[in-house]
Amino acid sequence: MTARRSDLKLLSGTHFMNGDEACAEGAVAAGCTFFAGYPITPATEVAERMAMRLPQVEGVYIQMEDELASMAAVVGASCAGARAMTSTSGPGFSLMMENVGLAAMLEVPCVLVNIMRGGPSTGLPTLVGQQDVMQARWGSHGDYEVIALSPESPQEAFQLTYEAFDLADKYRTPVMILSDEVVGHMTEKVTIPAAESFVQPARRRRKPPKRGFVPFSPGENEVPPMVFAGEGYHIHATGLTHDEYGYPVITPEAQERLVQRLVGKIRDHADEIVRTEELYVEDAEVIVVSYGCSARTSREVVEQARRLDMKVGMLRLITVWPFAEKRIRQLARSGRVKAFVVAEINSGQIAYEVERCAQSFSETVLAGFMGGRIFTPDELFPIVEEALC
Amino acid sequence: MIQKLLPLQELKADKRNWQKGHGDHPLDRFLKEGRIPHIWCSGCGIGIAFTAFVRALEKGQLDCDKTVVVSGIGCSGRAAGYLNLDTYHTTHGRAIPFATGLKLANPELKVVVFSGDGDLFAIGGNHIIHAARRNIDITVICINNFNYGMTGGQGGPTTPLEARTTTTPYGCAEHPFNLIYLAKAAGAVYVARWTALHTYEMRDAMIEGMNKRGFSFIEIISPCPTGFARRNKLGSTLDLMRFYRDNSYLAAELDPENTALPFKGRVAVGKFVDIEKPTFMDMWESCVVNKARK
Repeated sequence: MTARRSDLKLLSGTHFMNGDEACAEGAVAAGCTFFAGYPITPATEVAERMAMRLPQVEGVYIQMEDELASMAAVVGASCAGARAMTSTSGPGFSLMMENVGLAAMLEVPCVLVNIMRGGPSTGLPTLVGQQDVMQARWGSHGDYEVIALSPESPQEAFQLTYEAFDLADKYRTPVMILSDEVVGHMTEKVTIPAAESFVQPARRRRKPPKRGFVPFSPGENEVPPMVFAGEGYHIHATGLTHDEYGYPVITPEAQERLVQRLVGKIRDHADEIVRTEELYVEDAEVIVVSYGCSARTSREVVEQARRLDMKVGMLRLITVWPFAEKRIRQLARSGRVKAFVVAEINSGQIAYEVERCAQSFSETVLAGFMGGRIFTPDELFPIVEEALC
Repeated sequence: MIQKLLPLQELKADKRNWQKGHGDHPLDRFLKEGRIPHIWCSGCGIGIAFTAFVRALEKGQLDCDKTVVVSGIGCSGRAAGYLNLDTYHTTHGRAIPFATGLKLANPELKVVVFSGDGDLFAIGGNHIIHAARRNIDITVICINNFNYGMTGGQGGPTTPLEARTTTTPYGCAEHPFNLIYLAKAAGAVYVARWTALHTYEMRDAMIEGMNKRGFSFIEIISPCPTGFARRNKLGSTLDLMRFYRDNSYLAAELDPENTALPFKGRVAVGKFVDIEKPTFMDMWESCVVNKARK
């Protein structure tokens, strides 16, 4: 029996699935119809799930020859009007950076899932790391801003991947899902809502009039309206510095105008984009800042501390980029927060950001773990305890 | 001589017309407004190939709303920016995977990659063989000028043995690719080669290639008077045109293995491959989609 297409599009119900598969389902639910990727542990399950699912929903899956090609194909597919995604891990993420820059410059919406593993280089293919956080932001050369979301569970991996497509469209930017091996390979309950409760999962846009159309003239939110190849607008898009017409202009003035806007369209709307989860922050003297799988351990430590009447809270970054700098500044200047403990599986990346925002108002303590495993509450607790004294 | 052909004042007026675009020339409608003059050196063969492509659009009556040109980086890569179509000037070497994404996301589009030999066969070498292997339904037009022109004439994957470039000042020690043989071996369903002298043949090959279902590849041998020709004392473009006239031979029956281009040697031209084979999307529909929806 052939299943109804609407049923296949959204597997409403409760499932037992891992974080990688949940990313894929979030994408399919969002109307993603194109996936190009290359196998890599621990992200392969995203690709495998997409290979199974996309032909069921009139999408196309292609396994490219490498990650350079995968990202280029994703940008191309998005230019042709598809909601497009790829997935990878550390080494592949490095290769994708080339065309992440192209997507940023051409303002092409796309979603890139990075299931982080331990590095540098080949590192720990099967074990966890959170070392690609800064690369997610600065990985491609030049100035640009991206959006990066970090799920702490398969359920959230589904939800954030689903939302990533809307964000990508809204700001015409690459959106990254910065997941990690623990969340990617963890199997949990994932509830996919009923179709009725879902907002329409398609690229919503108004086609601009062709007469007098200027392809890169900033519209709403500093973002130009997107038009697709084959719609008759005859646009030119180039990775060179360009003017509003999309034509290359190699001058400092054009560079200033363009890059200011590329950066500004995210920075100026950080308030709308940034999302955090706060736990016992109201009276906290020490705040654990964490994201992804690290937040799971941090949550346990904060609960333990509260049971012992210690004034400890947690700030979980759901958007790693743009960074929740306003909130950190606010908390640091409240005079109540003695210290931020940044718990992450790297030698200090988000800790730099927290330190930059907290300045000397609060101390910043790094609880950095080098990867290969998720740290235990017993390891983090003493660091929090010490920060409180 | 030039004065006689086009008085200076008229030349200026003409240029003003170009700036406005969409002037009197019948091919103007294929060009973007205000993009001419182009960046290519006088005597460069890319302009010839570009004109042939525009004439192919005209003669082949291609739907300009549905024809997309993708290019990589380099002199040839700049072609995309002058065409009044949807055009994408992408990253170095990645025009083919970008085009693959475009084509698979919207199979209605006619996707053409217009780029150079360095872009397509050095940094992009992995992509061209895999796109040909998969038989992605795109047309690749490769301008082969035997060196990297944009950066000033360095050696590359097509530079002939012993030829001089800025990075092979004593002569090139590497064996070059034979692009025709490579394209065929990788699985292209249409493969042709013409020189910058063969303007009508290349135009017709472009039409044929664009109408061909599957991965088609057209190599255009092009003079680079500023870079390759100057350093190898090959003379002016006019000299090279005479060279092409005297040394190119129609070799349609020839095994592509025997079409290598020796330094200052004869040039085998013609159509070398024209076969039928299911495309990626044909196989996707018949092999994958039918089973997936059961």
